[in-house]
Amino acid sequence: MAAFTNFILVCGGTACESSKSDKIYKNLMHECESQGVRDKVQVVKTGCFGFCEQGPIVKVLPEESFYVQVTPEDAKEIVSEHLVKGREVTRLLYDKAESKKRAQIDEMDFYQKQVRVVLRNCGVINPEDINEYLGRDGYVALEKALFEMKPDDIIEELKTAGLRGRGGAGFPTWMKWNFTKKVEDDQKYIVCNADEGDPGAYMDRSTLEGDPHSILEAMTIAGYTVGANFGYIYIRAEYPLAINRLKIAMNQAREYGLLGDNILDTGFNFDIEIRLGAGAFVCGEETALLRSIEGERGMPTPRPPFPATKGVFGQPTVINNVETWANIPIILMKGGEWFSKIGTEDSKGTKVFALTGKIRNSGLVEVPMGTTLREIVFDIGGGIPNGKEFKAVQTGGPSGGVITKDYLDTPIDYVHLQELGSIMGSGGMIVMDEDDCMVDVSKFYLGFTVDESCGKCAPCRVGGRTLYNILERITEGEGEMEDLDRIKSIAQATQKASLCGLGQTAPNPIISTITYFEDEYKAHIKDKRCPAGHCKKLITYHILPDKCIGCGLCARRCPTNAISGEIRQLHTIDQELCIKCGECYNVCKFDAVYVR
Amino acid sequence: MKTVNIKINGEPVEVEAGISILAAAKEMNINIPTLCYHSDLPAWAACGICVVKLENSPKMMRACATPVSEGMGIITHDPELHQIRKTVIELILSTHPNDCLMCGRNQNCELQSLAANYGIREQPYEVRLRDLPKDDSTPSIILNPEKCVNCGRCANVCQVLQDVWALEFVGRGENTRIAPAADAALADSPCIKCGQCSAHCPVGAIYEKDETGKLLEAIRDENKHVAVQIAPAVRVALGEAFGYEPGDISTGKIYAALRRLGVDAVFDTNFAADLTIMEEATEFVQRLTEGSGEIPQLTSCCPAWTDYMEKYFSDMIPNFSTAKSPMMMQGAVTKTYYAEKIKRSPEEIYSAAIMPCTAKKYEITRCEKMYSSGEQDVDVVLTTRELARLIRSAGIDFNTLSDEAADSPIGKYSGAGTIFGNTGGVMEAALRTAYNFVTGKELPELNIEAVRGMDGVRSGEVDIEGKKIRVAVAHGMANVGTVLREVQKAKAEGKEPPYHFIEVMACRGGCIAGGGQPYGTTDEVRAKRIAGLYKDDAAAEVRASHLNPEIQQIYKEFLGEPLSKKSHDLLHTKYTSRPLYQI
Amino acid sequence: MNLEELRKLREEQKQSLSRRNTDNKDIQIIVGMGTCGIAAGAKDTLEAFIQELEEQELSTVRVTQTGCMGLCYVEPTVEIVMPDMPDVIYGKVDPDVARKIIRKHIMNKTMVNDHVFDRPAADIVEEGGNQ
Repeated sequence: MAAFTNFILVCGGTACESSKSDKIYKNLMHECESQGVRDKVQVVKTGCFGFCEQGPIVKVLPEESFYVQVTPEDAKEIVSEHLVKGREVTRLLYDKAESKKRAQIDEMDFYQKQVRVVLRNCGVINPEDINEYLGRDGYVALEKALFEMKPDDIIEELKTAGLRGRGGAGFPTWMKWNFTKKVEDDQKYIVCNADEGDPGAYMDRSTLEGDPHSILEAMTIAGYTVGANFGYIYIRAEYPLAINRLKIAMNQAREYGLLGDNILDTGFNFDIEIRLGAGAFVCGEETALLRSIEGERGMPTPRPPFPATKGVFGQPTVINNVETWANIPIILMKGGEWFSKIGTEDSKGTKVFALTGKIRNSGLVEVPMGTTLREIVFDIGGGIPNGKEFKAVQTGGPSGGVITKDYLDTPIDYVHLQELGSIMGSGGMIVMDEDDCMVDVSKFYLGFTVDESCGKCAPCRVGGRTLYNILERITEGEGEMEDLDRIKSIAQATQKASLCGLGQTAPNPIISTITYFEDEYKAHIKDKRCPAGHCKKLITYHILPDKCIGCGLCARRCPTNAISGEIRQLHTIDQELCIKCGECYNVCKFDAVYVR
Repeated sequence: MKTVNIKINGEPVEVEAGISILAAAKEMNINIPTLCYHSDLPAWAACGICVVKLENSPKMMRACATPVSEGMGIITHDPELHQIRKTVIELILSTHPNDCLMCGRNQNCELQSLAANYGIREQPYEVRLRDLPKDDSTPSIILNPEKCVNCGRCANVCQVLQDVWALEFVGRGENTRIAPAADAALADSPCIKCGQCSAHCPVGAIYEKDETGKLLEAIRDENKHVAVQIAPAVRVALGEAFGYEPGDISTGKIYAALRRLGVDAVFDTNFAADLTIMEEATEFVQRLTEGSGEIPQLTSCCPAWTDYMEKYFSDMIPNFSTAKSPMMMQGAVTKTYYAEKIKRSPEEIYSAAIMPCTAKKYEITRCEKMYSSGEQDVDVVLTTRELARLIRSAGIDFNTLSDEAADSPIGKYSGAGTIFGNTGGVMEAALRTAYNFVTGKELPELNIEAVRGMDGVRSGEVDIEGKKIRVAVAHGMANVGTVLREVQKAKAEGKEPPYHFIEVMACRGGCIAGGGQPYGTTDEVRAKRIAGLYKDDAAAEVRASHLNPEIQQIYKEFLGEPLSKKSHDLLHTKYTSRPLYQI
Repeated sequence: MNLEELRKLREEQKQSLSRRNTDNKDIQIIVGMGTCGIAAGAKDTLEAFIQELEEQELSTVRVTQTGCMGLCYVEPTVEIVMPDMPDVIYGKVDPDVARKIIRKHIMNKTMVNDHVFDRPAADIVEEGGNQ
């Protein structure tokens, strides 16, 4: 049979489907048939394109024409104009149709909402083959650094680029490097912090798994810049695939003379060793990480002295996280000037977010700094599933805070997040909907930091646990109004008097949720009620008389036989017996079970 | 000295560059409260109580760990800092038992003082105590994790100062506790029982095993003849418990107090220190001149050091002097020579020792050589802290006691014996006598400055009739490794040993800063106690062990000569390699 | 390796990489083998591709792997690159879908419904090259 010359892709995601994409699909099929292009064009139903706000979406290949807000009636015109006559239907095209443009977002095309700088090779090359990395301009930056640039030029380039650390506080990378470069010492080190530990964040893992050479290249460049000949990659042992690919990459790089002694015949030596972390979250804190590399218990030490002057084994050390490293080669390759054009005034480049939680398209997204939360959650992430309402996003993992729907249009960068009481952190983004209880959410995050506290300093060790227990009491309906004052005192002491970032930021989720959702706390404390219907001790399940048809499914599924009722009669729940497992609520096909 | 200009609470001041904010404030007589900080240790920065504010910064910094820098503006006290510190103290108290009345640190507890100063009257937060068992597996110290505030001093002393690594942080979060690795019992760990952890603990979480009852019971037993010895370092420290300055010598009062307690004979370990010198110096001279043993010779009077050597440097056993410690020698001659004199059998004598040291409690049963009289040579060891309690509980007004003398014939001591209590003292004492043994003459300058002082390792040369004797002194266990590795290296390379004679004391400053001494030992206190002992030495009638008339008498009447068969049976011991962990 | 050798090798690799997007005779199946892909069953998918290729006696098809493309919600993901067909990313490719892809997409040049996904982002390297 003859090959298709065109393909019409029709978004079959839930959102588009609910706005009649199925009908569009059928109409397109029908039109192709009637207009005689059936054997030249294949109409394909696809997965969600993510750009649900502008759905239903139809895309025509190979021209890559991107039609938005398509109606079933448009099918005829698309086929007759585009596929028969070969002319794009201008009025439906996203970026060309004035009327479709939303004023508040900038000129950016949907495809450019995601720009892959850090993840440029992930999902493109075979990470176990150095040749493919080379084919994507791999080691061009190293080449440039070694043969065309002086160490000061490299630092200048990073300064122009405006790259800031992607692991937490966003310290300018060039300054870190410069501190270490300026210290006169024969032995300096380069460290890659790959101890990714925020719940829900995995961009570093994906980068190492998908593009290990970019990290090796970047560390080698740093070695050349600051005068170090050895580097450590501190990676958690729970990332076996990433470790394996790093090992393969290191061997290949050594074989090619890109790592080890006399790199590219320049006389410059640099080698890397992998150190495995045992999974302690606190070892992502740089001083604790350095202690762990040294073989000691991973406990933070005071700064100053900063690692830049006194790091591993007391020697000057440049330490950056994976995502920061991944930016280095492309900055050198394309120039700091190019990089600085991406992002906002004080936050340059892109940021990778791990989008999870109550979101349709969970996954890794990379967007320019300054992209709004709305674009990330609704345009890229496809919004909230099951018709639920967006409530908040937690950024910065357990060290961050929540951002509510009032701030959806805030550009995401270091400054704005901080203003909202959150942080960039490593880039975990957990989306919550109306069913998520904010007291419970902050309890969850606090529980994480409390477990992961190294136990060294009193405010974090004791304060964290005490805060957690207060939250637990509140979610169990045993809170009192004084608890809010207690939370305030402890949170303040923990923030101010903890030694490291883990403790200093541990109260952030609780402070942030109290700021934006104080009513929810008060409802738990005063009314003994969980507005989200989440906290088991504070909710009861009931059956709506006008909806229950008496099918008996809930009664059969109830593990404690708390539901009784004759068949085809109204069923009732015995609150004494109910253990609030929620099974009845889940199984009822008639929405007759509700939570109070 | 490089200086920086800073401002503390608005007041400009010029201080030495690089010192901590805490130290700078202290120079201005401003006290910033601390809990985990101890001047013996690098700032650990755990407790969060010493936080201060820097002008123009929202962050609070730890005063103990933050060095001053040019132009720094520091606020040490204001209502916000007060509030933060108070909350932190309250949080710490919420995990600490409040049974202060029944605590060994009652009225002498750093946490108690903080709580008092901050006027904490109620506990606003949920109280959570740890339900963990005490570790009383060693004869020396008890670790009570329930009272531990995780300040980390003990672990840092054990690791940084002593290089022993018996104590570690185990677990994480609120489950973090101090214990030997893998929760082993202390007795099965590398612990050398030096007790420095107990001397540094700010609260009552690690403390000496109290055995005052044993002594009282023996005193009560009419069939027992109770003989007590006091160690050199006790005389310059016990007084601190009764308001005297560190270094004030209260030997005569201690003798008197012991008699008030009802003991039958009061002796002085300093006598046995002289005895030790006789044996050890003879041994050294033989090794040196006859090649009878390995060079360098290592001193063996410190039981914590002995334990450390058996665990970490057992290849050095041949270098060890076989001489027992003064306490054990004193015990042995008390139950033999003295027993014969008073015509009592060894089992009728109860031999007690007042020591600055917790390891001594372990030493008295460490091997079969500790039973050379046929009985246990020393029946009980009380630390200086225990004796102070005993004196108080007996209602003795220590301060008004008149000086008394020790009993004969094993109570007199030379100046050499008394400086056994401080770092460098054993070496100096040994050299005074070794010089005589080699030359038949007395050392022209008795004060050997090369071995005095507080540097962790000190070395020098002493000329004994043209032969240069290279000596080294190390104190604080972590400094010992440095010296021993030098020796090992020379040996491995087949070179001449770097030293002939090495003195080791486990505790920084020597026994005067032992694990059983009164609380609050700092370098300042150490210096005063050491000065006290040197003063005692300078004032002594005889200043070399071989000149002590009672020493001469015991050799004449009983032992014969140093290293005789009888000496070997009673005054010498042996060593054996021990594993770090017993599992 | 010295500088010249590196540059030469890189040029060769560049060509072979770009060829796979144009008129390369080879057909490539690129399976996303990040932790997310593997957790979602990418190993079984890979296995199925290899089996089906053997059964259908297709010798010109190369199966390779890559990292995470970011479409974690539809793992396992697979990209098909072949002449006369646009590059397509398939999501939720279980062994059954894998076999379908070989039979329909590769052998019949017809896309498989409901599994096509869009490339998640602009390619910065390509774009830069054009500038």
